[in-house]
Amino acid sequence: MEAKFRPGDSVRVRVDSSPRHMRTPTYIQGKVGTVKVVHGVFCDPESLAYAGDGLPKQFLYLVCFNQAHVWQVGDELSRDKLYIDIYQHWLESA
Amino acid sequence: MQRVHDRGGWPDVGPIDKSEHDYSMWEKRTDALMRLLISDEKQIMTMDEVRRAIECIKPGAYEKLKYYERWIVAIETLMIEKEILAHQEIDHKVKALERQMAGSPRPSACSRREKQYGGEIQTRG
Repeated sequence: MEAKFRPGDSVRVRVDSSPRHMRTPTYIQGKVGTVKVVHGVFCDPESLAYAGDGLPKQFLYLVCFNQAHVWQVGDELSRDKLYIDIYQHWLESA
Repeated sequence: MQRVHDRGGWPDVGPIDKSEHDYSMWEKRTDALMRLLISDEKQIMTMDEVRRAIECIKPGAYEKLKYYERWIVAIETLMIEKEILAHQEIDHKVKALERQMAGSPRPSACSRREKQYGGEIQTRG
């Protein structure tokens, strides 16, 4: 099983408005960041949350975002970063 | 869709209250109960399910509940969902405790439950 993304890749977080349980916060959905670390492969927690088997396993990435981009505020936050762990099925190339 | 537990960028809130506090006995018992339920020995529920059950609490109730009260609601939700306990069994036990504690100086289990949960327990997300 091979990771779809590598450190340095630019990725966009998918948007999902359904009411189901999800492990990716709303505030990061639709945002573009950079992959920093490939943590490895794990059972899907969104499946485990409903007593599912967690399969197929998903790669988990540490993704870095500019805070000014995430919160859409001005220059005072322009150097601050937000690091967040996101599962592969939430990411697409950007 | 903004979710009540995703606090990043939450509008109109001030700094987080970082004050320390001692845990009451019911909070310690709740912690112990949850650890037992998700233990390898019991495997009645998982941390993933508990997290989902907490995050499914309706926003109005979620904001009113304290940290360990949300855990209790989640445990109750999952015990009912997994058909280990029924609503009626829990209500019956709470009423029995209410009668037992009647006349005690402490607040009754039933009135506290009604007041703080407001009946807003969602069984499925």
